[in-house]
Amino acid sequence: MKILRYSKFLFALSLALVLASLVSIAVFGLKPGIEFTGGSILEVAYEQDPPSLESVRSQLSGLNVGLVSAQRVEERGVLLRMGDLSEEKHQEVLSALGEGAQEMHFESIGPVIGKELQGRAAILLVLALASIVFYVMFAFRKVKQPVHSWQWSLATLAALLHDVLIPLGVLAFLGKFYGVQITIPVVVALLTVVGYSVNDTVVVFDRVRENLLKKVGVDFADTLRLSLEQTFTRSMNTSLTTLLAVLAILFFGGGTLRDFALTLAIGIAAGNWSSLFVAPPLLTGKGKFGLIS
Amino acid sequence: MTAFFSSPLLPPSLPDYSKCGKVMGMKKWQVISIALIIVLAGVAAGFFDFSQQVNPQLAKLPGGPQVPEIPFRLGLDLQGGVHLVYQADLSRVDSADYDSAMEGLRDVIERRVNYFGVAEPLVQIEGRGDERRLIVEIAGVIDSEQAIELIGRAPFLDFREPKDGYEEIVQRNQQVAETGEGEIEDPFQITPLNGSFLERAEVGFEQLTQEPTILLTFNSEGAQLFQEITKRNVGKPLAIFLDNVLLQAPIVQTEISGGRAQITGRDFTVEEVRQLVRDLNAGAVPVSITLISQQAVGPTLGKVSLDQSLRAAAVGFLLVAVFMILFYRIPGVVSVLTLSLYGVFLLFLFKIFGFTFTLAGIAGLILSVGMAVDANILIFSRFREEFLGGKSFAISWEEGFRRAWPSIRDGNITTLFVAVILFWFGTSFVRGFALALTLGILMSMFSAIFVTRNFLRLFLNTRFGEFRWLWK
Repeated sequence: MKILRYSKFLFALSLALVLASLVSIAVFGLKPGIEFTGGSILEVAYEQDPPSLESVRSQLSGLNVGLVSAQRVEERGVLLRMGDLSEEKHQEVLSALGEGAQEMHFESIGPVIGKELQGRAAILLVLALASIVFYVMFAFRKVKQPVHSWQWSLATLAALLHDVLIPLGVLAFLGKFYGVQITIPVVVALLTVVGYSVNDTVVVFDRVRENLLKKVGVDFADTLRLSLEQTFTRSMNTSLTTLLAVLAILFFGGGTLRDFALTLAIGIAAGNWSSLFVAPPLLTGKGKFGLIS
Repeated sequence: MTAFFSSPLLPPSLPDYSKCGKVMGMKKWQVISIALIIVLAGVAAGFFDFSQQVNPQLAKLPGGPQVPEIPFRLGLDLQGGVHLVYQADLSRVDSADYDSAMEGLRDVIERRVNYFGVAEPLVQIEGRGDERRLIVEIAGVIDSEQAIELIGRAPFLDFREPKDGYEEIVQRNQQVAETGEGEIEDPFQITPLNGSFLERAEVGFEQLTQEPTILLTFNSEGAQLFQEITKRNVGKPLAIFLDNVLLQAPIVQTEISGGRAQITGRDFTVEEVRQLVRDLNAGAVPVSITLISQQAVGPTLGKVSLDQSLRAAAVGFLLVAVFMILFYRIPGVVSVLTLSLYGVFLLFLFKIFGFTFTLAGIAGLILSVGMAVDANILIFSRFREEFLGGKSFAISWEEGFRRAWPSIRDGNITTLFVAVILFWFGTSFVRGFALALTLGILMSMFSAIFVTRNFLRLFLNTRFGEFRWLWK
């Protein structure tokens, strides 16, 4: 298979993408959603054309609601992000916006809950990664030669970090320029990517294991290359069908699920890529990280 | 591709199977009946899932058979509603009584929420130690401002004595209730004694009979008031109201001084007594609550979200189906059939167990459709490989299933790990998603392996296997 001849280059490309994502995260920063910081979101729809965002801002100026941003959504909607509001403040805001504005969705979250969820999300991410690493170690426990079971799981972990960092890099970029936030649905999407992307890697590794037992290939690098060739199509197809489903959510599922689906889509694509071009190269070199030559 | 596939194709070695009239140890009729049973089960589940659409059609048939109708449960985000989180202030409560204080509060709030008359409101306690919260979910179209105001109010307990002419009022009320004419008059009037004078209520037991009783302890001011009230109402009922709802109206036996009273009799069960004590304490030692988070989804947005997510589900299913058929031909068709059954059975589970559909849950289900065919892809690819490698049609399938299994298992288990971990996260978005994903994965393993396998057996020993282009 031709594409595998460029695996060195493709691995380097992945490395570059990860670095770019890290830079993006460092420069733009991740914007946590109100679930994690406390604050409120109010979405209103107007029967007629909505007033300009400036006039909305001025309507709220005297209220001291900690207005963070105001943006247009859907056709006649306005989305306001504010500090967390008591119910009285919430009603004041609604009456300030006037009769024409109908409340579609309101969310106000106190800072206490935000702190709590922040901690829990971090624990979950670590827990998810750890459980998968251990599972891979367990599943490949019988393989000793030429790579030890902890090496399989280390390669998997590296691939997973790749799959999580790339969507995060994109989200940081989108956060800077389009106000996309790291909300709970986005965190859920990232965790799902972690759980799902490892599928692809496992499919490839399973085949490598099988071929190792059957002593296919002249050396380990050869075994790897053959295994990749054999699993290439199915690996692509499994990701593709899942991606199709995710794209359906992205384009037809509505605004609430958009960031969620976007994160999933990028993560699944990255996961497919890493299972073919990141994880296998990391296995070669008898314990040392090397590339397929 | 290289080495592996370049070997010349061997003719399919089917005869050894077809001659003995068995398909992998199974008789032909067994294979057919299993497939038939699966299809019939699918149709039955489908009827049940879409009872709303099916029943009007069925009614036209002779005898008008009907499928039992259970509606799907929709979450707040799909039908509109409010989700409120309250922090409870337990500083006035003894730490040993936290549990019962919260339960009392929940009962009070539940009663108030029921006042809105919406279907199945949810009021639940969360947290442990001195961090207690109350979660209130009210679905449907309600005035959230009014709801929040009503829920946040401190519970009000008061004692009321009979008006003059109590007996007559009660008799008249009975007549009104029977004839439906006239108006019901409240036979009780307000006294100055209320929950703030009650120190606590406890469960006690009658010494002789061991029957459960309720012990009330008033503070000194309350003791004074209670004595005055009991003095002028001996032989009459003294009503206890919580939030203007009558809890009990025990008859005053004697003037009671000293601020300690006991409510006995009427064959109280222990549970009834506990409930009453909780209610009394909710009024006596009110736990104040503050709203710390609220989520409100308007019914319009709920409807839009539902429509959009259903459309996304349809598109997602269609895309996956088209892809599978184009890429895998007959096995592709089988997998689409399996996928339909998968969807039908999954909806059936949601309906029969009353799981709630949320937006996140539907997203999880759509995602699981994409993942469900993964197992089939692994099996089909393996089959192709074996088939092209020269193995017989039947053996290639057996090998396909056998060899794809470790990958299917390992891959699904890791996703399952994450789904279970997500469930702990606890917020409703995450739970809905995690539940859908977990059920989806389990169901997809079943359908991809058991269902697909039984359908594919139909093709063994037939001439279908000879048309190689249909299979690769």
